[in-house]
Amino acid sequence: MCTVCGCGDTTVEGHSHGHEHGHGHDHDHGHDHSHDHHGHHHHGAHGDLHFGTGPAGVSVGGMSQERLIQVETDILAKNDAHARTNRARLAGLGAYAVNLVSSPGSGKTTLLCATIRALGDTPLAVIEGDQQTANDADRIRATGAPAIQINTGKGCHLDGHMVGHALDHLDLAPESLVFIENVGNLVCPAGFDLGEDCKVAILSVTEGEDKPLKYPDMFTAARLAILNKTDLAPYCDADLDAYEANLRRVNPAIEVLRVSARTGEGLDIWIAWLRAQAGIKALRAKSAQTQAAE
Amino acid sequence: MHEMSLAEGIRSIVEDQARAHAFDRVSRLRLEIGRFAGVEKDALAFAFDVVMRGSPAEGAVLEMIDLPGSALCYDCLKTVELNDRLDPCPLCGGGRLLPQGGDEMRIKDMEVA
Repeated sequence: MCTVCGCGDTTVEGHSHGHEHGHGHDHDHGHDHSHDHHGHHHHGAHGDLHFGTGPAGVSVGGMSQERLIQVETDILAKNDAHARTNRARLAGLGAYAVNLVSSPGSGKTTLLCATIRALGDTPLAVIEGDQQTANDADRIRATGAPAIQINTGKGCHLDGHMVGHALDHLDLAPESLVFIENVGNLVCPAGFDLGEDCKVAILSVTEGEDKPLKYPDMFTAARLAILNKTDLAPYCDADLDAYEANLRRVNPAIEVLRVSARTGEGLDIWIAWLRAQAGIKALRAKSAQTQAAE
Repeated sequence: MHEMSLAEGIRSIVEDQARAHAFDRVSRLRLEIGRFAGVEKDALAFAFDVVMRGSPAEGAVLEMIDLPGSALCYDCLKTVELNDRLDPCPLCGGGRLLPQGGDEMRIKDMEVA
């Protein structure tokens, strides 16, 4: 298992003050939000976020009588509530959010930089998740796009709460594309809804054709898989058809694109795919607004 | 998977319930875990013991109830029960199956005092 997933020390760039708060108490600081989670997050340079843990307990007075309470609550209910809030916020803007998931080193950030350049003046923003460093957000900002780095500390995935904070720090234009680059990990991010419109899994051709079989949950959760680094396929005897067959074995409904972020091969189809999805969402948002106004 | 995070989620729900129902202690807690939920049960049991310290559920007995996994077979178009995520369709032998259920992770009930 991952040691301290989701409850490590997390930072967000952009604020110079830190604050701590525990369970179930009101706290008085400059942010207009409430927290269900415990621990603290620290706001660093550029608005990047750092989340952390702190043991906190509540003492509860009360009666004593052995009894059974029907709970029937999803363990991740709180995350799902944060995700719903994020989703409503994005829907209000007609913004389309993609949760990019993969193992470390599949080329997510390079693909993202190439994607941003190819999208030209389309309004967009990037949320970067890593355990440590703001290197990826720096790479994105070098393209001119706004980016917020979230450092999860020991955490192995982004959660809905962290992404909500990152959205607070991004001044999203209506109908923006929002790219959320999750922590490189093919296991945990599959279970955490961030409020995104879809997950896109990136799989590089150097990783082995059976990777979808080894980590089926992530590829089952993804709507699209990008088979990246296709320019390297001849050098590592990669069988691209076998990759696709294994992807469809774990998720018969998945779409697959073959791309090389380095050479630009296949990038035009990925861009067209993104524009189509985002365009549909923007039209739906407009239509909902029109109906609400009538 | 992310068993520590799950244990944190359980603790948070326990604390909410303790406030809502005014109890001090949980003696037994039952979870329902789907076969495809990706939960490592031993790891969750370990995380539970560690994370519940100082909470009303410290020392509580943790029970996990398995829920079956089901999937839609894209070859015979039937929904079938699967033991393992990569098993072939038990009806037609097909290999393209999309999970339909079995990713549950929820607290069913608690015995409290």
